[in-house]
Amino acid sequence: MCAMRPEHEPKRAVSGPSGDQEAVGEDSALERAEASAGKTVLTPEEIRRALSRIAHEILERTHGGEGVVLLGIPTRGVPLARRLAARIGEFEGAPVPCGSLDVTMHRDDLRLRPARALQRTEVPPDGVDGKTVVLVDDVLFSGRTVRAALDALNDLGRPRAVQLAVLVDRGHRELPIRADYVGKNLPTSYREMVRVLLTETDGEDSVLLGERAR
Amino acid sequence: MSDQWLIKGVSVTGGPAVDIQITDGEIVGVARGIAAHGARVLDAPGLVALPGLVDLHTHLREPGREDAETVETGTMAAALGGYTAVHAMANTEPVADTAGVVEQVWRLGQQAGYVDVRPVGAVTVGLQGRQLAELGAMADSAAAVRVFSDDGYCVADPLLMRRALEYVKAFDGVIAQHAQEPRLTEGAQLNEGAVASRLGLAGWPAAAEEAIIARDCLLAAHVGSRLHVCHVSTAGSVEIIRWAKSKGWQVTAEVTPHHLLLTDDLAEGYDPVFKVNPPLRTRADVDALRQGLADGTIDCVATDHAPHPVEAKETEWAAAANGMTGLETALRAVQLAMVDTGMLDWPGVADRMSARPAIIGRLAGHGQPIAPGSPANLTLYDPAAPGEPVDPGAHASKSRNSPFAGMALPGKVYATFLRGVPTVLDGKVTR
Amino acid sequence: MKRHLISAADLSRSDAVLILDTAAELASVAGRPIRKLPTLRGMTVVNLFYEDSTRTRTSFEAAAKRLSADVINFSAKGSSVAKGESLKDTALTLEAMGADAVVIRHGASGAAHRLAGWVTGSVLNAGDGTHEHPTQALLDAFTMRQRLGGVAQRGNGLDGLRVTIVGDVLHSRVARSNVLLLAVLGAEVMLVAPPTLMPYAVDTWPCKVSYDLDAELRKTDVVMMLRVQQERMSAAYFPTVREYRRRYGLDAGRMALLPDHAIVMHPGPMNRGVEIAAEVADSPRSTIVAQVSNGVIVRMAVLYLLLGGAGEEA
Repeated sequence: MCAMRPEHEPKRAVSGPSGDQEAVGEDSALERAEASAGKTVLTPEEIRRALSRIAHEILERTHGGEGVVLLGIPTRGVPLARRLAARIGEFEGAPVPCGSLDVTMHRDDLRLRPARALQRTEVPPDGVDGKTVVLVDDVLFSGRTVRAALDALNDLGRPRAVQLAVLVDRGHRELPIRADYVGKNLPTSYREMVRVLLTETDGEDSVLLGERAR
Repeated sequence: MSDQWLIKGVSVTGGPAVDIQITDGEIVGVARGIAAHGARVLDAPGLVALPGLVDLHTHLREPGREDAETVETGTMAAALGGYTAVHAMANTEPVADTAGVVEQVWRLGQQAGYVDVRPVGAVTVGLQGRQLAELGAMADSAAAVRVFSDDGYCVADPLLMRRALEYVKAFDGVIAQHAQEPRLTEGAQLNEGAVASRLGLAGWPAAAEEAIIARDCLLAAHVGSRLHVCHVSTAGSVEIIRWAKSKGWQVTAEVTPHHLLLTDDLAEGYDPVFKVNPPLRTRADVDALRQGLADGTIDCVATDHAPHPVEAKETEWAAAANGMTGLETALRAVQLAMVDTGMLDWPGVADRMSARPAIIGRLAGHGQPIAPGSPANLTLYDPAAPGEPVDPGAHASKSRNSPFAGMALPGKVYATFLRGVPTVLDGKVTR
Repeated sequence: MKRHLISAADLSRSDAVLILDTAAELASVAGRPIRKLPTLRGMTVVNLFYEDSTRTRTSFEAAAKRLSADVINFSAKGSSVAKGESLKDTALTLEAMGADAVVIRHGASGAAHRLAGWVTGSVLNAGDGTHEHPTQALLDAFTMRQRLGGVAQRGNGLDGLRVTIVGDVLHSRVARSNVLLLAVLGAEVMLVAPPTLMPYAVDTWPCKVSYDLDAELRKTDVVMMLRVQQERMSAAYFPTVREYRRRYGLDAGRMALLPDHAIVMHPGPMNRGVEIAAEVADSPRSTIVAQVSNGVIVRMAVLYLLLGGAGEEA
């Protein structure tokens, strides 16, 4: 009998970004190998600057971070949220609550593949009621992950407002969802694959754009 | 229908090819190149001729359980399995514990006409184990009962068993004991071993069989009577019987085809087709039973053909009935377990499946050597037939509970002759 | 995971750890304003209980409902089953009702196996005769990890943990499942019982055996007491309840022999005063209440992993 593995995605000929791009769980070695064969569209320095800019923007639009809670969407949204929280903390001199929000149970594509392992949901002690929750993710594509995050967030409480910060917006929305803070707008075709690497998860900082394998 | 037959080119119990001539129900010639004008000819190259098989232990279920089998369907199945005589066990409804019931079963057998049916009489009234049944009346009846058994149940009361062993000496009867100490097997489901332990099924200890056999051997010796042990299933039982025979005691024993092949690990999926009394045991037991049959410690193969309707087997294990069908697969199973493994040759098969059962059952006219003067009870068998997977749906038996379903057993019964009349030809009943 | 959960032997180590980790994540759901997840919305889970067991049934019911599944309770008493309907016919009825999963508790070993052959949905064994009770073993393992597993538990099994199971092992489906699961998770299992209540061929099981409870208590991290039924006395498994309690009962005196950190577990229902004294059951070492609440989240994890995704893998 086979062991249950965190989700492994075979490459699909069928289009539809709602799968691969927003996979949670570890990516396969195959995917990594394929993706690293691509061109760099954001260098580590550019990533650093983008995050700093987003941090400032958040402070501007939330009256200095008042009542702000950052929730990263696993996997890579979590280290990004922590980095933003650290930056905001530096700029303002006061820490901003930070946590994670697993969306697995609220996905709309659950029945399309075997049940996936859950990621951590960590809500800061003061919760989300009445707060301005900023969801943080690495790539915004179809918008389905964010929709799932909104549903999951709904079960946690009632924020005063919800905003979205992403490192890369690659277009091709399938739902009426937009990001409030964007690191880089990156027009792509369906055939392309955007790959975010972060030191905390992958050992380096980089955003790569490559072709999907056929 | 012509009553003259000439079977050409057949191997008599594995020997060189000869012809067999049959006239008026009797074998009149066994030699090469017989000319028999006016006889129907059956070409039998590659076939083995055996004396018609005799089953000491079959359940025909009639009267009372005709949903599972009738004398007609059961004896048809027997003929297809190469049998010319079967002993029909007494656990019918009503129980065969009177002359009336045994004569009824005997007559049904005659009417069906496929094999000679010799009813077995119950040892105790209603199989209750309390009071002896009218064994003498059954012996004197038209059914001429010689084998008595409470099979399904053990004659557990030692005093009653002693009395029964003594009583039947008067008419050369034999008590066939179903050896199962009831107190040690209350609620038992499967051989007590590693498999039952893992599956959470109540254990059926080998000692429950062995203890009764040992006791009964001692009793039979003490009163100077014959004892027959039904469906031996453990290595320990074989040893006890070997010891009893070495003392010169009149103990005989039988083994089923399934106990020569199948083991308790088949119960892993809880499929009750493998649920049987006595239960399937371990590999070591199977090996000891084969050795016992090979060296004659175990005298014969008896099918314990136990048909059950689908609803009695399509349940959870504990609720299912015990038993497996076996008439149509017996010879093939014995070929696989004993002949193909080199443990028994064809004369040995003739001895264990025809001659000795006929002697134990005191059944005249069956189990005779294939020689001029013997009644023409014959089985023609093709050991080289391609091993077709067993399909219970195609069986003549009304019931489908065969443990060999889907298994490729070698060989095929080609023809069966009952006193010179073919009941089976080309693997099919003749009427 | 396979389509069914019938025996603890169905689970590899990574399956088992996945279930424990998933349950750990789901534990936080109970603390939220909305104690529900939408994951199994539109699915139907049937509780098919041939034996009375309010606790286990309501545990499965709560688990299924917290995942937004529809729950149908089918108890044998007063139903068509009481009128003699066979297990197979009941199975076909459930199929027709569109059950995505059937949770079955039955008095016959192997009933869950048989049911799995007759339905297309998933079968969850909630206890079949004296065979197995895999979700009990999972919640027991979860409780052990929770209490003794240290701070960072995710991804861990129970390696090196010493677990002693005491009581009527012969008739215990909880014991069978626990022995299998604990071995797979790396724990060391010791069974203690009078010889009459030890299974035949227990030497083929992945555990050790002892008849001396006092000796084993001193060197164990977990002691799990099994229920002893009084009916066993009439079948001569032990002479009197008094003798059983004296030799194999966990009273306050024996509890004092345990290492400081050791915990006391019991799958319930307890016979207070027989296999376990009241003060032991109520002591801080006892995890009996936690086992019940852990039961719901572990069953949620199992239901999610069996039903929450697409079909089965090979």
